[in-house]
Amino acid sequence: MSEASEALTSGRAAADRIVKVKRLNACLTPPKELRSSLIRQAQAAHPSGVLYGMPVAVKDNICTLEFTTSCGSKILEGYRSPYEATAVTKLKAAGALIAGKTNCDEFGMGSSTEHSAYGRTLHPGDKNRVAGGSSGGSAALVAAGAAPAALGSETGGSVRQPASFCGVVGIKPTYGRVSRWGLVAFGSSLDQIGVVGRSVHDAARVLSVISGRDPKDSTCEDRDPLRLPTVPESLQGFVIGIPKEYFPPDLDPGVRRACDRAIRLLKELGAAVRDVSLPHTSYAVPTYYIVAPAEASSNLARYDGARYGPRFDGSADVRSLYRHTRGEGFGPEVRRRILIGTYVLSSGYYDAYYRKAQQVRGLIAQDFRHVFDRGVDLLFTPTTPTPAFKAGEKTADPVSMYLSDIFTVTANLAGLPALSLPLGRIKGLPIGGQFIGQAFLEDEMLEAAYALERVVPAGEEV
Amino acid sequence: MAAWETVIGLETHVQLRTATKMFCGCSAAFGAPPNTNVCPVCLGLPGALPAANEQGIKLAVRAALALGCTVHARSLFARKNYFYPDLPKGYQISQFEQPLSTGGALSFLSPDRGIATATIARLHLEEDAGKSLHDRFARYTAVDLNRCGVPLVEIVTGPDFRSPQEARAYLQTLKQVLEYAGVSDCDMEKGSLRVDANVSVRRPGQATLGTKTEVKNINSFAYVEKALLAERDRQVALLEGGGTVVQHTMLYDSKNNAVRPQRLKEESHDYRYFPDPDLPPLVLSPEFIAEQQAQLPELPAAKRERFVAQYGLSVTDAAVLTAERVVADYYESVARAGAEHKAAANWVMGEVLADAKDHGERLRVQAPALAQLIALVKGGTLSHQAAKRVFTEVAERGGDPRTVAEALGLVQVADTGVLAGWVTDVLGAHAGEVNRYRNGETKLMQFFVGQVMKASRGKADPKLTQKVLEEKLAS
Repeated sequence: MSEASEALTSGRAAADRIVKVKRLNACLTPPKELRSSLIRQAQAAHPSGVLYGMPVAVKDNICTLEFTTSCGSKILEGYRSPYEATAVTKLKAAGALIAGKTNCDEFGMGSSTEHSAYGRTLHPGDKNRVAGGSSGGSAALVAAGAAPAALGSETGGSVRQPASFCGVVGIKPTYGRVSRWGLVAFGSSLDQIGVVGRSVHDAARVLSVISGRDPKDSTCEDRDPLRLPTVPESLQGFVIGIPKEYFPPDLDPGVRRACDRAIRLLKELGAAVRDVSLPHTSYAVPTYYIVAPAEASSNLARYDGARYGPRFDGSADVRSLYRHTRGEGFGPEVRRRILIGTYVLSSGYYDAYYRKAQQVRGLIAQDFRHVFDRGVDLLFTPTTPTPAFKAGEKTADPVSMYLSDIFTVTANLAGLPALSLPLGRIKGLPIGGQFIGQAFLEDEMLEAAYALERVVPAGEEV
Repeated sequence: MAAWETVIGLETHVQLRTATKMFCGCSAAFGAPPNTNVCPVCLGLPGALPAANEQGIKLAVRAALALGCTVHARSLFARKNYFYPDLPKGYQISQFEQPLSTGGALSFLSPDRGIATATIARLHLEEDAGKSLHDRFARYTAVDLNRCGVPLVEIVTGPDFRSPQEARAYLQTLKQVLEYAGVSDCDMEKGSLRVDANVSVRRPGQATLGTKTEVKNINSFAYVEKALLAERDRQVALLEGGGTVVQHTMLYDSKNNAVRPQRLKEESHDYRYFPDPDLPPLVLSPEFIAEQQAQLPELPAAKRERFVAQYGLSVTDAAVLTAERVVADYYESVARAGAEHKAAANWVMGEVLADAKDHGERLRVQAPALAQLIALVKGGTLSHQAAKRVFTEVAERGGDPRTVAEALGLVQVADTGVLAGWVTDVLGAHAGEVNRYRNGETKLMQFFVGQVMKASRGKADPKLTQKVLEEKLAS
């Protein structure tokens, strides 16, 4: 077979696998466009790249030249970015194929992908349940076997939480490890592109490719790309902390069993397991729901219908253009967060909310430093308080939805790397466990994940 | 009117002289076709991020140092949030808490009080917004985003000025210093220097400030004084009529020389400043700051004092010569080329500046040529009158002054034989004056010299002429 026809075949096959799971509503790219693009990309891909021929789907809030970038929002319906994210450029340079855009909560605001303007993503194992969010499309697609890996993005757990729900691996790197250039901003001080993969290795090798310095993002650290560790024989010498705040008395018993089993396995692998405390953990969700909406209220100010995206025109008056475009273009959850964010930044409230939240954020980061300074290498916790919940179960109660991120937001607030991997199943539904690592020590976190992944019976009931 | 004291503070926005914009690589040049100097960053496209321009930071630090400000080792970029069509991100990157620099001072010559000092409360970095053009298309507002992201410094004074004239004098000094420092061209017509003013009035001796208004839209130096006078008069009339001043933004209308309140709709009430999470704190090392200090040229005040000391000039002459850096540099080149200092000052302030004014501010005669011309006058080869003609000729067509003077036949006649002929003619034609001179009216000597100069069409050497005249009149 010639190289050209081989590319044609592999491009078409990659598209077919995604189109086959169309019922999940995980991929927003129309099948025809996806197929022709993947064939074109396969023909042009760099054969020497470390990801040659690997299809990687990309969350809809990451700019690509290939497809539209709507951020799961009506306000950017049909928007084509004239430039692409650094992460996407790096993927293409490594020979990967950009395998369509994945569904997500609007601008990443949500934990179930129910807040997408393009309909919710279905859980691959139970159509009545959510895939998690906001990177629910990325997680569902990988879990359904339609792509080996996908890019997601995190502001408060949006990669790890759906990875836990769908039974795949999700990594959020250290803040500053991956360039945010081309990632549509939600909460800039928290946002980070992450990776969903079938296995720790699939996710890690994609992460390694997209990581590294980028002068276009001033918050991206001037560091070489992440070097992948080898799979360790044992975890001898690792000290793994178990923070008690992540195991409250009312924790779902299934989740507790899954974590207990994983901790036992970590010990068997030779790791020293130690109980630790992160005393400010209970402030994390309220802190997050001040900082993230505050930044969002400013980041989303640009969507006014004046320059791009659809206009919802009431009259010739510019105020009315803003009001209609933003009122009709944004969904209710985005509007809620813009309102909260505007409020907490208002003069007279700034000190009581935003400044205070930043101080608490400092304390949360300090909690982690204290633990790591005392010889702990990594922390292990549940990723989510429960397995995937039912669709519609939490949409009426925003706070209960927010609480599904209770174990993940801390890593974003502290800027630390974290990873979720499948630990087992509870009544058939996958559940994930989480490692939280030290800043820029993803390699240690990956070693522990590699080792645990090999021994944990992820497909079995706990 | 005398019963009121005016209090004015100024906020000046100055465009830094960088090749590219503050947070992207687009050209910062003025005058390009609309919306051509733009990219994802300055257009505020989804996912684009700012990266600070190092040259912009250097120039801002130099501006701060030139104004005697303390440059802080750590400052923060902040977002100033408001909606406007020429602000594509919905916020402007500026500085709020923890600005680049604070606590400076600028001395200037007040027309009312002599040397006065304005305090510089702060100088911070920010990006410019785009431009809304309301008169380009009927029923539509056009937006040009070329200016979006161009680097500015905002310079805020205390409420230190006591009259509109004083405010203007400060602005001129500020412009001079910033031009000297090479940080901006301060061209108000191109919008590279813009000023907003806080104005209030109070009874003399009153310790507290009156309610202030902010006057905007002052877009030329000529309007600074007019706009502030208009607002001061409005406030005084209001108060004298028993009314009160309401804190408000006023727009100056130069066509009608009047101020009007900005429509409420145009006003933003709460900018919701917060630190920009896309930009790390701006951390400047002592070495970096020292380097910028070393890059600063001698500033006008220091140069003025040095000119007095080094060249023996009067303070007034030194002030004229140092008003612009190019002129000061030119003067020093002339002096260095050997010209007598006072004569060189007179030439530069007179012929040179007049010629520059008529010829697009170009200094057309090279400094060594002027020095040679001055030497020719001093050596008696050229009369002052003749030298002016040579100057013009050299300015127009170039060339070496001595050669030009010879070609024009302007070299002074120092041949006593030739001079004696002109002297005899003059004395013969003015017998009456000769008699009066001989009867003691010696001040008529100047008259005779003048007549000889006239007869020689400027070529007679005046000193030698006087000598010949004295001899002839004595005989």
